[in-house]
Amino acid sequence: MTEHAWLIPALPAVSAAIIMALGKRLPKGGAEVGITSMAVAFVLAVLVALEVFAANVTAALEGSPAFLVERAVQLATFGGDSGFDAGIRVDGLAAMMFLLVTFVSLMVHVYSTGYMHGEARFTWYFTLLSLFTASMLLLVISNNLMLLLVGWELVGVCSFLLIGFWWEEKQNSNAAIKAFLTTKTGDVGLIVGVIALWSMFGTFDIGEIISAVEEGVQAGGAALDNGLLTFALLALFLGAVGKSAQFPLHTWLPDAMAGPTPVSALIHAATMVTAGVFLIARLYPVFHHSETAVFTIAIIGAITLFSAGLLAIVQDDVKKVLAYSTVSQLGYMVAALAFSYTAGIFHLFTHGFFKALLFLGAGSLIHAVHSNNMSDMGGLRRAMPATFWTFLVGSLALAAAPPLAGFWSKDEILAEAVHAGGYAGTVVFGLGILGGLLTAFYMARVLFLVFAGSYRGAGTPHESPRAMTGPLVALAIPSAVIGLVNLPFGAFQPYAFSAWTMFSVDYWTTHPIELNLPIALGATALAAVGFGIGAAIYRRAPERDPVLGMGLVTQTLENRYYLDHLYEGVIVRTIKGPLARAAYWLNDRVIDRLVYLAGAGVSRLADKTYAVGDQRGIDGAVNGLGVSAMWSGARMRLAQSGNVQLYAGGMFVGVIVLGVLFATA
Amino acid sequence: MMLSYPLVFAALLFSVGVYGVLTRRNAVLVLMSVEIMLAAATINLVVFGQLAAANLGDSVLSGQVFALFVIAVGAAEVGVGLAIVLLMYRNRASVNIDDADLMKF
Repeated sequence: MTEHAWLIPALPAVSAAIIMALGKRLPKGGAEVGITSMAVAFVLAVLVALEVFAANVTAALEGSPAFLVERAVQLATFGGDSGFDAGIRVDGLAAMMFLLVTFVSLMVHVYSTGYMHGEARFTWYFTLLSLFTASMLLLVISNNLMLLLVGWELVGVCSFLLIGFWWEEKQNSNAAIKAFLTTKTGDVGLIVGVIALWSMFGTFDIGEIISAVEEGVQAGGAALDNGLLTFALLALFLGAVGKSAQFPLHTWLPDAMAGPTPVSALIHAATMVTAGVFLIARLYPVFHHSETAVFTIAIIGAITLFSAGLLAIVQDDVKKVLAYSTVSQLGYMVAALAFSYTAGIFHLFTHGFFKALLFLGAGSLIHAVHSNNMSDMGGLRRAMPATFWTFLVGSLALAAAPPLAGFWSKDEILAEAVHAGGYAGTVVFGLGILGGLLTAFYMARVLFLVFAGSYRGAGTPHESPRAMTGPLVALAIPSAVIGLVNLPFGAFQPYAFSAWTMFSVDYWTTHPIELNLPIALGATALAAVGFGIGAAIYRRAPERDPVLGMGLVTQTLENRYYLDHLYEGVIVRTIKGPLARAAYWLNDRVIDRLVYLAGAGVSRLADKTYAVGDQRGIDGAVNGLGVSAMWSGARMRLAQSGNVQLYAGGMFVGVIVLGVLFATA
Repeated sequence: MMLSYPLVFAALLFSVGVYGVLTRRNAVLVLMSVEIMLAAATINLVVFGQLAAANLGDSVLSGQVFALFVIAVGAAEVGVGLAIVLLMYRNRASVNIDDADLMKF
C-alpha cells in the first residue's frame, strides 16, 4: 500500500480539477466530489498508517531500521547527479501527517456544506479546498526539497485565495496580501537554505542530505562545513518562521481570520501553519547537527508562545483569540523540536484536532450570532448544546486538562525541555509553564463570555445544522482520546506514538520518551489556577472587562506590540514611498534614457547610412554606370555622320590594315 | 616587258578610282570612279590570266573570259546605280551626296 501512497495527494488534485471543470453542473455544486475524494484519501491514509505504524513497532522491538518507503521518478536533470525528481518518502512522520490532514480536511469539507450554504462562489471554494489539501499532501509526501518547495508555495497560494475569498471587502483582500507577503518574506530564507544545502551536498533529496550530515561529509568527500550548514539551517528556519507564524513574522495569522471560518480551521490551525514545523521535523537530524540552529529554534519558539499567549487575552473577536492561541501553540511545537522529535510532532498531531474543533465551533457560533465578537454572544449554553459541549472538550484539551489530548502532548514538551536543561531548556520550560497558565485563562474567558451569562446580541441564536455539528462531534472524539496513544503503558507498546513515528531506531532507543509526572501535575495545577481565575472573573460577564483596564499593558497588547505599525508604517511605507519613487526615477531617467539614446543613435546611424551609403554611394554607382553609358554613346555617336564617303574611306583604311596584316603575318 | 608594269598601272588606276570615290561631291562622278576601280581590277585579272596561260598551257584563257564577265556585271551595276542617282535627284533636286545624310545621328 505504501508504494501507492502517491494516490493520497493525487486524489484531491484530480478532484480539484473535476470540481473546477464540472462543479457548477453537479447537484451539490462540487461538494460531493470533494467529500468523496477526501473520504477515499482518508481511508488510504488509514491503510498506509496501519502498515507504517505496525512495521515501525516491529522495528522498534527488534532494533531493525525504521520503516521507510521511497519511490522517485526523475523529471529533469541539471548538472550530473542532481535533478528535479518527483518522489515520495513515506515514513512514520508522513503517515501521521496524512492521517491528520485528510481527516481534518474531510471534516472541514462536510462542515463547509453547511457553513457556505448559499454562497455564490460555492464551487470555487470547494475547488480551492481540494487544491489546498492536495498541495499540503504533496508537501508532506515529497522526498526532495524541490518538490517540497513546490508544495510549500502552492499552499501559500491557496491560502491567499482562500483568505481573500470574500475579496469584495477591501480588508479581506488586504489580509490575504499581508499573509502572502509575510510568508513570502520567510520563503526567501527557505529558498536560500535549500540552495545552500544543495551547494553543500549536491542533491535535493532529503534522505541523501540526512545521511550525508550523519556521516559528516559534503559532496565530493570534503568534511562538513558547519558554518555553512548553520547558515543554511537558519535560512530554512526563516521559512518556517514565516509559514508557521513565529515571532516576528506572526502578524499575518490573526488578520487571516478574515477568511471563512472552515478555512481558518483547515489552513491556519491544523495544516498549512504546521508546514514549518513539519519541515524542521523532516530534517530533524540535520537541524540537530548545529547547536546554533537548535538554540535559535528554542528561543524563537519560546518568545512566540509567550507573546502570543499574552495577546490572546485582550481580544474580543473569538477567532482572533483562537488565532493567537494557534500562534502560541505553534511556538510550543517549534520550541519542542529543539529538544525532542516526538514531543514536537505529537503536539502538532493533537493540536491539529482540537484547534480545528475549536475553529469549527467558533464558526458555528458566528453562523448563529452573525458576529465574530464575544461581546455579542453570551448564554449560548442552552441554545447551542452540541456546539457548547464540543467547544468545551476542545478548550479543555487546549488548556491541557488531563486526560484530554493536550495534556499528554504539552506536558511532554515541558518534560523534554527540563530533561535537556541548559539555557534554552530553562527558558522554554519557564515560558511554557506560564504559557499554560495564560492558555487556561484565555480559554476560560472565552468559554464564560460565550456560553455563560445571558445573551447580549441581536436576534435568537439556534443550533447549527447537522452538517456542521457532525464534524464537531467527530473532531471532539480524537481531541479527547488521541493523547492516549502515547501513554507510558500500552497493550502492545508503551509510548506507542513515539514508536509509530520514529525516523531512526538509533534515535528512538537513545532518546526514550518519559512522562515526568511531577512536572505534568505541576503544569496542570498552574493551568487549573489560570482557569479558575478566568472563571471567577468572567462567570458573571463583568460590565468592564478587566483585561481591557490594564492601562499601558492593554494598550501594548491591543496594538500587538506595535509590530504592525513597524511593518506597515515604517517598512512598507518606506518601500512604497521613497524607495519606489527612487526606483521609478532610476528606471525612467537613467535606464529608459539609455534605451532611448541607443534607439536615437541607431536611428541617426540609419539616416547617415541612407544619405551617404545608399543615396550617394550605391545610387551613385548605379547612376554612374548609366551616365557613363550615355557619355560614351554621345561620344561614339559622332562617328555616325551620315556621310557615305566617310564610311567608304573607313572601309578602305580597314582593308589596307587587313592587307598589311596578312602580308606581314 | 615585265609582269609588274601592268600591275603597277592597275594599282595606280585603282588609287585614282579610290580618290574619286572618296572625294567627289557629285554622285555620278562617284559612280564613274567606281567604274575606274572596276577597270583597274579587270586589268589585274587579265595580267594574272596571261601569267596562268604562260605557266599552265596555251589554251587557257581564264583571264580574258573573266574580264568579259566583269564588263557585263559592271554594265548592270552602273544601270542600277544611275537609277538610284536619278531617283535621288527627283526627290531632292540635288546629286550632291553630302546632302544625303539622313543616317546622321
